[in-house]
Amino acid sequence: MSTLPGLLPDLDVMRADFPILSRTVAEGRPLVYLDSANTSQKPQVVIDAMVDHLETHNANVARAMHQLGAEATEAFEGARDIVAGFVNAPSRDEIIFTKNASEALNLVANTLSWADDRLGVHTGDRVVITEMEHHSNIVPWQLITQRNGAELAWFGLTDDGRLDLGEIDRLLTPNTKVVSLTYVSNMLGTINPVTEIARRAHEVGAVVVVDASQAAPMMPLDVAALGADFVAFTGHKTLGPTGIGVLWGRADLLNALPVFLGGGEMIETVTMARSTYAKAPHRFEAGTPPIVEAVGLGAALTYLDEIGLDAAHAHEQAITGYLLEGLSTIPEVTVLGPADAASRGGAVSFEVEGVHPHDVAQLLDSRGIAVRAGHHCAKPAHARFGVQSSTRASSYLYTTPAEIDAFIDGLLFTLSYFGIRTL
Amino acid sequence: MSLDADLNAMYQEIILDHYKHPQNKGLRDPFDAEVHHVNPTCGDEITLRVRLADDVVTDVSYDAEGCSISQAAASVLTELLIGNSVEDDMSIHASFLELMQGKGQVVPDEDVLADGIAFAGVAKFPARVKCALLPWMAWKDATAQALGGDR
Repeated sequence: MSTLPGLLPDLDVMRADFPILSRTVAEGRPLVYLDSANTSQKPQVVIDAMVDHLETHNANVARAMHQLGAEATEAFEGARDIVAGFVNAPSRDEIIFTKNASEALNLVANTLSWADDRLGVHTGDRVVITEMEHHSNIVPWQLITQRNGAELAWFGLTDDGRLDLGEIDRLLTPNTKVVSLTYVSNMLGTINPVTEIARRAHEVGAVVVVDASQAAPMMPLDVAALGADFVAFTGHKTLGPTGIGVLWGRADLLNALPVFLGGGEMIETVTMARSTYAKAPHRFEAGTPPIVEAVGLGAALTYLDEIGLDAAHAHEQAITGYLLEGLSTIPEVTVLGPADAASRGGAVSFEVEGVHPHDVAQLLDSRGIAVRAGHHCAKPAHARFGVQSSTRASSYLYTTPAEIDAFIDGLLFTLSYFGIRTL
Repeated sequence: MSLDADLNAMYQEIILDHYKHPQNKGLRDPFDAEVHHVNPTCGDEITLRVRLADDVVTDVSYDAEGCSISQAAASVLTELLIGNSVEDDMSIHASFLELMQGKGQVVPDEDVLADGIAFAGVAKFPARVKCALLPWMAWKDATAQALGGDR
Protein backbone atom coordinates (compact mmCIF):
# COMPACT_ATOMS: atom_id res chain seq x y z
CA MET A 1 0.00 0.00 0.00
CA SER A 2 2.08 2.92 -1.21
CA THR A 3 -0.22 4.75 -3.59
CA LEU A 4 -2.73 6.46 -1.35
CA PRO A 5 -4.31 9.46 -3.05
CA GLY A 6 -2.85 12.68 -1.63
CA LEU A 7 0.56 11.30 -0.66
CA LEU A 8 3.52 13.55 -1.37
CA PRO A 9 5.34 12.48 -4.53
CA ASP A 10 8.87 11.05 -4.25
CA LEU A 11 8.42 10.36 -0.56
CA ASP A 12 11.58 8.26 -0.40
CA VAL A 13 13.62 11.07 -1.94
CA MET A 14 12.19 13.58 0.52
CA ARG A 15 12.77 11.26 3.48
CA ALA A 16 16.45 11.17 2.57
CA ASP A 17 16.53 14.87 3.56
CA PHE A 18 15.99 13.74 7.16
CA PRO A 19 19.13 11.98 8.37
CA ILE A 20 17.53 10.59 11.54
CA LEU A 21 14.90 8.68 9.56
CA SER A 22 17.55 6.31 8.23
CA ARG A 23 18.84 5.26 11.63
CA THR A 24 17.89 2.04 13.28
CA VAL A 25 16.68 1.50 16.83
CA ALA A 26 15.63 -1.48 18.93
CA GLU A 27 18.34 -3.85 17.70
CA GLY A 28 18.55 -2.88 14.07
CA ARG A 29 14.92 -2.18 13.35
CA PRO A 30 14.14 0.84 11.16
CA LEU A 31 12.89 3.80 13.16
CA VAL A 32 9.15 4.38 12.79
CA TYR A 33 8.73 7.87 14.16
CA LEU A 34 5.09 8.56 15.01
CA ASP A 35 5.66 11.30 17.59
CA SER A 36 5.78 14.36 15.35
CA ALA A 37 3.05 16.20 17.23
CA ASN A 38 5.52 16.12 20.11
CA THR A 39 8.43 17.31 18.03
CA SER A 40 9.22 17.02 14.33
CA GLN A 41 12.43 15.65 12.87
CA LYS A 42 14.82 18.04 11.14
CA PRO A 43 15.89 18.07 7.49
CA GLN A 44 19.60 18.34 6.69
CA VAL A 45 19.09 21.86 5.36
CA VAL A 46 18.06 23.06 8.84
CA ILE A 47 21.01 21.36 10.52
CA ASP A 48 23.37 22.78 7.87
CA ALA A 49 21.99 26.30 8.15
CA MET A 50 22.56 26.29 11.91
CA VAL A 51 26.06 24.80 11.66
CA ASP A 52 27.00 27.25 8.90
CA HIS A 53 25.77 30.17 10.95
CA LEU A 54 27.79 29.10 13.98
CA GLU A 55 30.86 28.32 11.88
CA THR A 56 30.95 31.47 9.80
CA HIS A 57 28.56 34.22 10.94
CA ASN A 58 28.32 33.97 14.70
CA ALA A 59 28.06 37.26 16.57
CA ASN A 60 25.45 39.00 18.70
CA VAL A 61 22.73 40.87 16.85
CA ALA A 62 21.69 44.51 16.59
CA ARG A 63 24.64 45.88 18.55
CA ALA A 64 27.94 44.56 17.23
CA MET A 65 29.59 47.19 15.02
CA HIS A 66 31.57 44.72 12.95
CA GLN A 67 31.10 42.55 9.90
CA LEU A 68 30.11 39.41 11.77
CA GLY A 69 27.60 41.41 13.79
CA ALA A 70 26.08 42.73 10.59
CA GLU A 71 25.92 39.23 9.09
CA ALA A 72 24.34 37.76 12.22
CA THR A 73 21.79 40.58 12.36
CA GLU A 74 20.95 40.08 8.71
CA ALA A 75 20.50 36.34 9.25
CA PHE A 76 18.31 36.85 12.32
CA GLU A 77 16.16 39.58 10.79
CA GLY A 78 16.05 37.58 7.56
CA ALA A 79 14.46 34.76 9.52
CA ARG A 80 11.83 37.22 10.75
CA ASP A 81 11.02 38.05 7.13
CA ILE A 82 10.67 34.36 6.32
CA VAL A 83 8.31 33.82 9.26
CA ALA A 84 6.28 36.89 8.28
CA GLY A 85 5.91 35.47 4.78
CA PHE A 86 5.10 32.00 6.09
CA VAL A 87 2.11 33.25 8.11
CA ASN A 88 1.21 36.04 5.65
CA ALA A 89 1.67 38.74 8.29
CA PRO A 90 0.78 42.26 7.12
CA SER A 91 4.07 43.50 8.60
CA ARG A 92 7.37 41.88 9.61
CA ASP A 93 7.25 43.99 12.79
CA GLU A 94 4.34 41.85 13.95
CA ILE A 95 6.58 38.78 14.32
CA ILE A 96 8.04 38.30 17.80
CA PHE A 97 10.54 35.57 18.55
CA THR A 98 9.98 33.82 21.88
CA LYS A 99 11.43 30.75 23.54
CA ASN A 100 8.47 28.56 22.53
CA ALA A 101 4.69 28.70 22.12
CA SER A 102 4.20 28.58 25.90
CA GLU A 103 6.24 31.75 26.33
CA ALA A 104 4.30 33.40 23.52
CA LEU A 105 0.98 32.58 25.22
CA ASN A 106 2.31 33.69 28.61
CA LEU A 107 3.46 36.94 27.01
CA VAL A 108 -0.04 37.67 25.75
CA ALA A 109 -1.77 36.60 28.97
CA ASN A 110 0.50 38.58 31.26
CA THR A 111 0.62 41.77 29.24
CA LEU A 112 -3.19 41.68 28.92
CA SER A 113 -3.41 41.28 32.70
CA TRP A 114 -1.29 44.41 33.12
CA ALA A 115 -2.97 46.47 30.39
CA ASP A 116 -5.31 49.42 30.97
CA ASP A 117 -9.06 48.98 31.18
CA ARG A 118 -9.70 48.95 27.45
CA LEU A 119 -7.57 45.86 26.78
CA GLY A 120 -6.83 44.63 30.25
CA VAL A 121 -8.29 41.59 32.01
CA HIS A 122 -9.40 42.77 35.44
CA THR A 123 -11.99 42.12 38.17
CA GLY A 124 -15.31 41.05 36.70
CA ASP A 125 -13.88 40.39 33.24
CA ARG A 126 -14.04 37.01 31.58
CA VAL A 127 -11.53 34.92 29.65
CA VAL A 128 -12.90 32.10 27.50
CA ILE A 129 -10.79 29.07 26.58
CA THR A 130 -11.74 25.49 25.62
CA GLU A 131 -11.64 22.09 27.26
CA MET A 132 -9.31 20.74 24.56
CA GLU A 133 -6.44 23.15 25.21
CA HIS A 134 -2.87 22.13 25.84
CA HIS A 135 -1.84 23.05 29.37
CA SER A 136 0.13 25.95 27.89
CA ASN A 137 -3.14 27.60 26.87
CA ILE A 138 -4.89 26.86 30.18
CA VAL A 139 -2.42 27.59 32.96
CA PRO A 140 -1.40 31.14 31.90
CA TRP A 141 -5.08 32.14 31.83
CA GLN A 142 -5.74 30.50 35.21
CA LEU A 143 -2.81 32.45 36.63
CA ILE A 144 -3.96 35.85 35.41
CA THR A 145 -7.68 35.42 36.10
CA GLN A 146 -6.97 34.16 39.62
CA ARG A 147 -4.54 37.02 40.22
CA ASN A 148 -6.85 39.72 38.89
CA GLY A 149 -10.20 38.45 40.13
CA ALA A 150 -11.43 37.71 36.62
CA GLU A 151 -13.47 34.70 35.55
CA LEU A 152 -12.24 31.78 33.44
CA ALA A 153 -14.89 30.06 31.32
CA TRP A 154 -14.56 27.48 28.58
CA PHE A 155 -16.18 25.74 25.67
CA GLY A 156 -16.98 22.13 26.51
CA LEU A 157 -16.57 19.29 24.03
CA THR A 158 -19.00 17.08 22.19
CA ASP A 159 -18.69 13.32 22.42
CA ASP A 160 -16.91 13.16 19.07
CA GLY A 161 -14.27 15.62 20.25
CA ARG A 162 -15.44 18.92 18.77
CA LEU A 163 -16.10 22.24 20.47
CA ASP A 164 -19.65 22.50 21.74
CA LEU A 165 -20.55 25.69 19.90
CA GLY A 166 -24.10 25.55 21.24
CA GLU A 167 -22.68 27.34 24.28
CA ILE A 168 -21.31 30.27 22.32
CA ASP A 169 -24.07 32.77 23.18
CA ARG A 170 -23.80 31.97 26.87
CA LEU A 171 -19.99 32.14 26.83
CA LEU A 172 -19.37 35.28 24.79
CA THR A 173 -20.68 38.08 27.00
CA PRO A 174 -19.93 41.81 26.84
CA ASN A 175 -17.44 41.41 29.70
CA THR A 176 -15.49 38.76 27.76
CA LYS A 177 -12.07 40.31 27.16
CA VAL A 178 -10.21 37.34 25.67
CA VAL A 179 -11.07 34.20 23.73
CA SER A 180 -8.07 31.89 23.47
CA LEU A 181 -8.26 28.57 21.66
CA THR A 182 -6.26 26.01 19.80
CA TYR A 183 -6.46 25.83 16.02
CA VAL A 184 -5.78 22.07 15.99
CA SER A 185 -5.99 19.90 19.13
CA ASN A 186 -2.77 18.13 20.07
CA MET A 187 -4.75 15.29 21.62
CA LEU A 188 -8.03 14.92 19.72
CA GLY A 189 -6.68 16.19 16.42
CA THR A 190 -9.78 18.34 15.92
CA ILE A 191 -9.46 21.34 13.59
CA ASN A 192 -11.50 24.16 15.15
CA PRO A 193 -13.57 26.77 13.25
CA VAL A 194 -11.31 29.59 14.42
CA THR A 195 -12.48 32.21 11.94
CA GLU A 196 -16.14 31.81 12.89
CA ILE A 197 -15.38 31.92 16.62
CA ALA A 198 -13.10 34.95 16.13
CA ARG A 199 -15.90 36.78 14.30
CA ARG A 200 -18.30 36.13 17.17
CA ALA A 201 -15.68 37.05 19.77
CA HIS A 202 -14.98 40.35 18.01
CA GLU A 203 -18.68 41.18 18.12
CA VAL A 204 -18.43 41.35 21.92
CA GLY A 205 -15.12 43.19 21.73
CA ALA A 206 -12.90 40.32 22.88
CA VAL A 207 -9.30 39.85 21.80
CA VAL A 208 -8.76 36.50 20.05
CA VAL A 209 -5.66 34.41 20.72
CA VAL A 210 -4.93 31.27 18.71
CA ASP A 211 -2.53 28.48 19.63
CA ALA A 212 -1.38 27.28 16.22
CA SER A 213 1.34 24.92 17.48
CA GLN A 214 -0.23 21.89 15.79
CA ALA A 215 -1.65 23.81 12.82
CA ALA A 216 1.47 25.66 11.65
CA PRO A 217 3.36 22.46 10.73
CA MET A 218 0.58 20.92 8.68
CA MET A 219 -1.73 23.42 7.06
CA PRO A 220 -1.51 26.85 5.44
CA LEU A 221 -1.51 29.52 8.13
CA ASP A 222 -2.71 32.93 7.00
CA VAL A 223 -2.95 35.27 9.97
CA ALA A 224 -4.39 38.03 7.83
CA ALA A 225 -7.35 35.84 6.86
CA LEU A 226 -7.73 33.90 10.11
CA GLY A 227 -9.40 36.76 11.96
CA ALA A 228 -7.39 36.35 15.19
CA ASP A 229 -5.48 39.10 17.00
CA PHE A 230 -2.61 36.93 18.24
CA VAL A 231 -1.27 33.63 16.92
CA ALA A 232 1.39 31.55 18.65
CA PHE A 233 3.34 28.56 17.45
CA THR A 234 6.59 26.79 18.21
CA GLY A 235 9.57 26.22 15.94
CA HIS A 236 10.43 22.63 16.74
CA LYS A 237 7.16 21.18 15.49
CA THR A 238 7.62 22.88 12.09
CA LEU A 239 10.92 21.11 11.24
CA GLY A 240 12.90 23.78 13.11
CA PRO A 241 14.98 23.61 16.27
CA THR A 242 13.83 23.76 19.88
CA GLY A 243 14.34 26.99 21.79
CA ILE A 244 12.38 29.27 19.48
CA GLY A 245 8.71 30.12 19.21
CA VAL A 246 6.75 32.73 17.34
CA LEU A 247 4.10 35.18 18.39
CA TRP A 248 2.29 37.08 15.68
CA GLY A 249 0.14 39.97 16.89
CA ARG A 250 -1.67 42.89 15.32
CA ALA A 251 0.77 45.81 15.37
CA ASP A 252 -1.67 48.25 17.00
CA LEU A 253 -2.34 45.80 19.83
CA LEU A 254 1.30 44.88 20.31
CA ASN A 255 2.28 48.53 20.66
CA ALA A 256 -0.65 49.24 22.99
CA LEU A 257 0.25 46.44 25.39
CA PRO A 258 2.60 47.01 28.30
CA VAL A 259 6.01 45.40 27.98
CA PHE A 260 6.66 41.84 29.16
CA LEU A 261 10.27 41.06 30.11
CA GLY A 262 12.64 43.97 30.76
CA GLY A 263 16.24 44.10 29.62
CA GLY A 264 18.47 44.86 26.70
CA GLU A 265 17.04 45.33 23.17
CA MET A 266 13.50 46.10 24.36
CA ILE A 267 14.27 49.70 25.31
CA GLU A 268 14.41 53.03 23.59
CA THR A 269 16.37 54.75 26.33
CA VAL A 270 17.24 54.02 29.95
CA THR A 271 18.03 56.37 32.83
CA MET A 272 18.46 55.37 36.45
CA ALA A 273 14.97 56.65 37.14
CA ARG A 274 13.00 55.23 34.23
CA SER A 275 13.02 53.76 30.75
CA THR A 276 11.11 54.09 27.54
CA TYR A 277 10.47 51.15 25.30
CA ALA A 278 10.99 50.10 21.71
CA LYS A 279 8.13 49.37 19.33
CA ALA A 280 7.26 45.78 18.39
CA PRO A 281 8.88 43.42 17.72
CA HIS A 282 11.92 44.43 19.80
CA ARG A 283 9.60 45.68 22.55
CA PHE A 284 8.99 42.03 23.43
CA GLU A 285 12.46 40.62 22.78
CA ALA A 286 14.46 41.41 25.91
CA GLY A 287 18.00 40.09 25.97
CA THR A 288 20.01 38.21 23.36
CA PRO A 289 17.44 36.37 21.26
CA PRO A 290 17.66 32.77 20.00
CA ILE A 291 19.76 33.72 16.98
CA VAL A 292 20.92 30.42 15.54
CA GLU A 293 17.51 28.96 16.35
CA ALA A 294 15.90 31.70 14.25
CA VAL A 295 18.26 30.87 11.41
CA GLY A 296 17.26 27.20 11.71
CA LEU A 297 13.57 28.07 11.82
CA GLY A 298 13.95 30.24 8.72
CA ALA A 299 15.53 27.30 6.86
CA ALA A 300 12.76 24.99 8.11
CA LEU A 301 9.91 27.24 6.98
CA THR A 302 11.59 27.77 3.62
CA TYR A 303 11.80 23.98 3.23
CA LEU A 304 8.12 23.62 4.20
CA ASP A 305 7.13 26.32 1.74
CA GLU A 306 8.97 24.55 -1.05
CA ILE A 307 7.05 21.35 -0.34
CA GLY A 308 3.90 23.43 -0.04
CA LEU A 309 1.58 23.46 2.95
CA ASP A 310 -1.39 22.40 0.81
CA ALA A 311 0.54 19.34 -0.32
CA ALA A 312 1.76 18.65 3.22
CA HIS A 313 -1.81 18.88 4.49
CA ALA A 314 -3.09 16.51 1.81
CA HIS A 315 -0.32 14.05 2.73
CA GLU A 316 -1.16 14.31 6.41
CA GLN A 317 -4.84 13.69 5.73
CA ALA A 318 -4.10 10.70 3.51
CA ILE A 319 -1.82 9.14 6.14
CA THR A 320 -4.22 9.97 8.98
CA GLY A 321 -7.10 8.41 7.05
CA TYR A 322 -5.03 5.27 6.49
CA LEU A 323 -4.08 5.21 10.18
CA LEU A 324 -7.72 5.59 11.30
CA GLU A 325 -8.72 2.84 8.89
CA GLY A 326 -6.06 0.55 10.36
CA LEU A 327 -7.14 1.29 13.91
CA SER A 328 -10.78 0.61 13.03
CA THR A 329 -9.84 -3.00 12.23
CA ILE A 330 -8.80 -3.58 15.85
CA PRO A 331 -11.90 -3.89 18.06
CA GLU A 332 -9.85 -3.38 21.25
CA VAL A 333 -8.92 0.13 20.09
CA THR A 334 -11.06 3.22 20.77
CA VAL A 335 -10.05 6.44 19.02
CA LEU A 336 -10.58 9.71 20.90
CA GLY A 337 -11.65 12.58 18.67
CA PRO A 338 -13.23 12.93 15.23
CA ALA A 339 -13.34 9.74 13.20
CA ASP A 340 -12.99 11.38 9.78
CA ALA A 341 -9.55 12.43 8.63
CA ALA A 342 -10.85 15.50 6.82
CA SER A 343 -11.71 17.37 10.00
CA ARG A 344 -8.65 16.52 12.02
CA GLY A 345 -4.89 16.85 12.15
CA GLY A 346 -2.28 14.13 12.23
CA ALA A 347 -2.38 13.42 15.97
CA VAL A 348 -4.50 10.36 16.77
CA SER A 349 -5.00 9.45 20.44
CA PHE A 350 -6.55 6.15 21.36
CA GLU A 351 -7.15 3.66 24.12
CA VAL A 352 -6.34 -0.03 23.96
CA GLU A 353 -8.66 -2.17 26.01
CA GLY A 354 -6.78 -3.98 28.75
CA VAL A 355 -3.37 -2.41 28.12
CA HIS A 356 -2.22 0.82 29.74
CA PRO A 357 -0.79 3.46 27.35
CA HIS A 358 2.70 3.22 28.91
CA ASP A 359 2.75 -0.46 28.25
CA VAL A 360 1.51 0.06 24.69
CA ALA A 361 4.30 2.59 24.09
CA GLN A 362 6.90 0.31 25.67
CA LEU A 363 5.93 -2.62 23.48
CA LEU A 364 5.86 -0.46 20.34
CA ASP A 365 9.27 0.97 21.28
CA SER A 366 10.64 -2.57 21.39
CA ARG A 367 9.62 -2.77 17.72
CA GLY A 368 11.27 0.54 16.85
CA ILE A 369 8.00 2.47 16.83
CA ALA A 370 8.01 5.80 18.68
CA VAL A 371 4.64 7.06 19.98
CA ARG A 372 3.66 9.14 22.97
CA ALA A 373 1.83 7.80 26.01
CA GLY A 374 0.36 9.85 28.82
CA HIS A 375 -1.86 12.89 29.06
CA HIS A 376 -0.08 14.83 26.27
CA CYS A 377 -0.27 17.99 28.41
CA ALA A 378 -4.05 17.92 27.95
CA LYS A 379 -5.32 16.49 31.22
CA PRO A 380 -8.72 18.25 31.12
CA ALA A 381 -9.44 16.88 27.64
CA HIS A 382 -8.62 13.38 28.87
CA ALA A 383 -10.83 13.90 31.92
CA ARG A 384 -13.67 14.97 29.61
CA PHE A 385 -13.56 11.55 28.00
CA GLY A 386 -13.17 9.75 31.33
CA VAL A 387 -9.64 8.57 30.67
CA GLN A 388 -6.49 9.29 32.60
CA SER A 389 -4.13 8.88 29.68
CA SER A 390 -3.92 7.66 26.11
CA THR A 391 -1.51 6.52 23.46
CA ARG A 392 -0.93 8.97 20.62
CA ALA A 393 0.43 8.26 17.16
CA SER A 394 1.20 11.40 15.20
CA SER A 395 2.38 11.43 11.61
CA TYR A 396 3.96 14.15 9.51
CA LEU A 397 4.94 14.85 5.94
CA TYR A 398 7.68 12.20 6.01
CA THR A 399 5.39 9.41 7.28
CA THR A 400 4.82 6.48 4.90
CA PRO A 401 1.93 4.02 4.64
CA ALA A 402 4.45 1.25 5.38
CA GLU A 403 5.17 2.88 8.73
CA ILE A 404 1.46 2.86 9.52
CA ASP A 405 1.39 -0.85 8.63
CA ALA A 406 4.30 -1.45 11.04
CA PHE A 407 2.45 0.49 13.73
CA ILE A 408 -0.74 -1.55 13.32
CA ASP A 409 1.31 -4.76 13.41
CA GLY A 410 2.98 -3.46 16.58
CA LEU A 411 -0.43 -2.94 18.19
CA LEU A 412 -1.46 -6.49 17.36
CA PHE A 413 1.82 -7.71 18.85
CA THR A 414 1.06 -5.66 21.98
CA LEU A 415 -2.40 -7.19 22.34
CA SER A 416 -0.91 -10.64 21.96
CA TYR A 417 1.92 -9.93 24.43
CA PHE A 418 -0.52 -8.92 27.12
CA GLY A 419 -2.75 -11.89 26.41
CA ILE A 420 -5.67 -9.81 25.20
CA ARG A 421 -5.85 -11.79 21.99
CA THR A 422 -3.81 -14.37 20.15
CA LEU A 423 -2.12 -13.46 16.89
CA MET B 1 20.86 -9.41 26.77
CA SER B 2 18.67 -8.85 23.74
CA LEU B 3 15.94 -6.25 23.73
CA ASP B 4 13.17 -8.83 23.68
CA ALA B 5 14.81 -10.56 26.62
CA ASP B 6 15.01 -7.19 28.41
CA LEU B 7 11.35 -6.64 27.64
CA ASN B 8 10.45 -10.06 29.01
CA ALA B 9 12.61 -9.37 32.05
CA MET B 10 10.59 -6.24 32.71
CA TYR B 11 7.18 -7.76 32.08
CA GLN B 12 7.77 -10.80 34.28
CA GLU B 13 4.83 -13.09 34.88
CA ILE B 14 4.94 -11.99 38.53
CA ILE B 15 4.45 -8.35 37.48
CA LEU B 16 1.66 -9.12 35.04
CA ASP B 17 -0.04 -11.31 37.67
CA HIS B 18 0.05 -8.52 40.22
CA TYR B 19 -1.24 -6.11 37.55
CA LYS B 20 -4.19 -8.32 36.70
CA HIS B 21 -4.84 -9.42 40.28
CA PRO B 22 -3.75 -6.57 42.56
CA GLN B 23 -3.38 -7.48 46.24
CA ASN B 24 -4.75 -5.37 49.09
CA LYS B 25 -6.23 -2.83 46.68
CA GLY B 26 -8.91 -0.43 47.88
CA LEU B 27 -8.87 2.25 50.57
CA ARG B 28 -9.52 0.99 54.09
CA ASP B 29 -10.24 2.42 57.51
CA PRO B 30 -8.79 3.03 60.01
CA PHE B 31 -5.65 4.83 58.91
CA ASP B 32 -3.17 7.28 60.40
CA ALA B 33 -2.10 9.08 57.25
CA GLU B 34 -3.26 9.36 53.66
CA VAL B 35 -1.26 10.78 50.77
CA HIS B 36 -1.93 11.39 47.11
CA HIS B 37 1.03 11.14 44.77
CA VAL B 38 1.10 11.86 41.06
CA ASN B 39 3.68 11.23 38.41
CA PRO B 40 3.32 14.57 36.63
CA THR B 41 4.94 13.47 33.39
CA CYS B 42 2.58 10.59 32.71
CA GLY B 43 -0.37 11.17 35.00
CA ASP B 44 -0.17 7.97 37.05
CA GLU B 45 -1.84 8.55 40.42
CA ILE B 46 -2.04 6.82 43.75
CA THR B 47 -3.91 7.52 46.97
CA LEU B 48 -2.28 5.53 49.75
CA ARG B 49 -3.15 5.05 53.42
CA VAL B 50 -0.95 3.75 56.22
CA ARG B 51 -2.10 2.36 59.57
CA LEU B 52 0.49 1.99 62.32
CA ALA B 53 0.09 0.33 65.74
CA ASP B 54 2.99 0.18 68.18
CA ASP B 55 5.50 0.81 65.39
CA VAL B 56 4.08 -2.00 63.30
CA VAL B 57 2.66 -1.32 59.85
CA THR B 58 -0.70 -3.01 60.34
CA ASP B 59 -2.23 -1.92 57.04
CA VAL B 60 -1.36 -0.26 53.75
CA SER B 61 -4.32 0.36 51.49
CA TYR B 62 -4.44 2.20 48.20
CA ASP B 63 -6.39 3.25 45.18
CA ALA B 64 -4.31 3.77 42.06
CA GLU B 65 -4.52 4.29 38.34
CA GLY B 66 -1.61 3.73 36.03
CA CYS B 67 0.48 1.34 34.00
CA SER B 68 1.21 -2.30 34.72
CA ILE B 69 4.51 -1.45 36.40
CA SER B 70 3.12 1.12 38.84
CA GLN B 71 0.07 -1.03 39.66
CA ALA B 72 2.12 -4.16 40.23
CA ALA B 73 4.57 -2.18 42.35
CA ALA B 74 1.74 -1.05 44.64
CA SER B 75 0.43 -4.59 44.95
CA VAL B 76 3.88 -6.05 45.73
CA LEU B 77 4.53 -3.23 48.19
CA THR B 78 1.51 -4.12 50.31
CA GLU B 79 2.49 -7.80 50.39
CA LEU B 80 6.01 -6.92 51.45
CA LEU B 81 5.31 -4.24 54.01
CA ILE B 82 2.09 -5.10 55.87
CA GLY B 83 2.72 -6.72 59.22
CA ASN B 84 6.35 -5.69 59.76
CA SER B 85 7.90 -3.12 62.04
CA VAL B 86 8.36 0.36 60.59
CA GLU B 87 12.11 -0.13 60.96
CA ASP B 88 12.12 -3.35 58.93
CA ASP B 89 9.90 -1.78 56.28
CA MET B 90 12.20 1.22 55.96
CA SER B 91 15.00 -1.26 55.34
CA ILE B 92 12.97 -3.08 52.66
CA HIS B 93 12.15 0.30 51.14
CA ALA B 94 15.86 1.12 50.97
CA SER B 95 16.58 -2.21 49.26
CA PHE B 96 13.86 -1.66 46.67
CA LEU B 97 15.10 1.88 46.02
CA GLU B 98 18.66 0.62 45.60
CA LEU B 99 17.43 -2.02 43.14
CA MET B 100 15.44 0.47 41.08
CA GLN B 101 18.22 3.03 40.96
CA GLY B 102 20.85 0.43 40.13
CA LYS B 103 20.50 0.70 36.32
CA GLY B 104 20.08 -3.07 36.15
CA GLN B 105 23.43 -3.73 37.89
CA VAL B 106 22.10 -4.53 41.37
CA VAL B 107 21.36 -8.18 42.18
CA PRO B 108 18.28 -8.22 44.42
CA ASP B 109 18.02 -10.31 47.59
CA GLU B 110 14.95 -12.53 47.32
CA ASP B 111 14.90 -13.01 51.09
CA VAL B 112 14.32 -9.27 51.49
CA LEU B 113 12.29 -8.36 48.42
CA ALA B 114 10.36 -11.57 47.62
CA ASP B 115 8.17 -10.79 44.54
CA GLY B 116 9.90 -7.40 44.46
CA ILE B 117 12.91 -9.01 42.76
CA ALA B 118 10.77 -9.17 39.62
CA PHE B 119 11.34 -5.43 39.26
CA ALA B 120 15.06 -5.93 38.58
CA GLY B 121 14.25 -5.87 34.86
CA VAL B 122 12.44 -2.54 35.15
CA ALA B 123 15.62 -0.88 36.39
CA LYS B 124 17.04 -1.15 32.85
CA PHE B 125 14.33 1.16 31.52
CA PRO B 126 15.00 4.61 33.01
CA ALA B 127 11.61 5.95 31.90
CA ARG B 128 9.83 3.23 33.86
CA VAL B 129 11.76 3.41 37.13
CA LYS B 130 9.57 6.23 38.36
CA CYS B 131 6.48 4.11 37.59
CA ALA B 132 7.75 1.42 39.97
CA LEU B 133 8.74 3.95 42.61
CA LEU B 134 5.46 5.90 42.67
CA PRO B 135 3.74 3.73 45.34
CA TRP B 136 6.97 3.30 47.29
CA MET B 137 7.52 7.05 47.54
CA ALA B 138 3.88 7.48 48.55
CA TRP B 139 4.27 4.85 51.28
CA LYS B 140 7.37 6.54 52.70
CA ASP B 141 5.63 9.91 52.72
CA ALA B 142 2.50 8.51 54.40
CA THR B 143 4.51 6.61 56.98
CA ALA B 144 6.57 9.69 57.83
CA GLN B 145 3.34 11.64 58.28
CA ALA B 146 1.83 8.90 60.43
CA LEU B 147 4.92 8.83 62.63
CA GLY B 148 4.97 12.60 62.85
CA GLY B 149 1.33 12.67 63.88
CA ASP B 150 1.86 10.10 66.62
CA ARG B 151 4.64 11.92 68.36
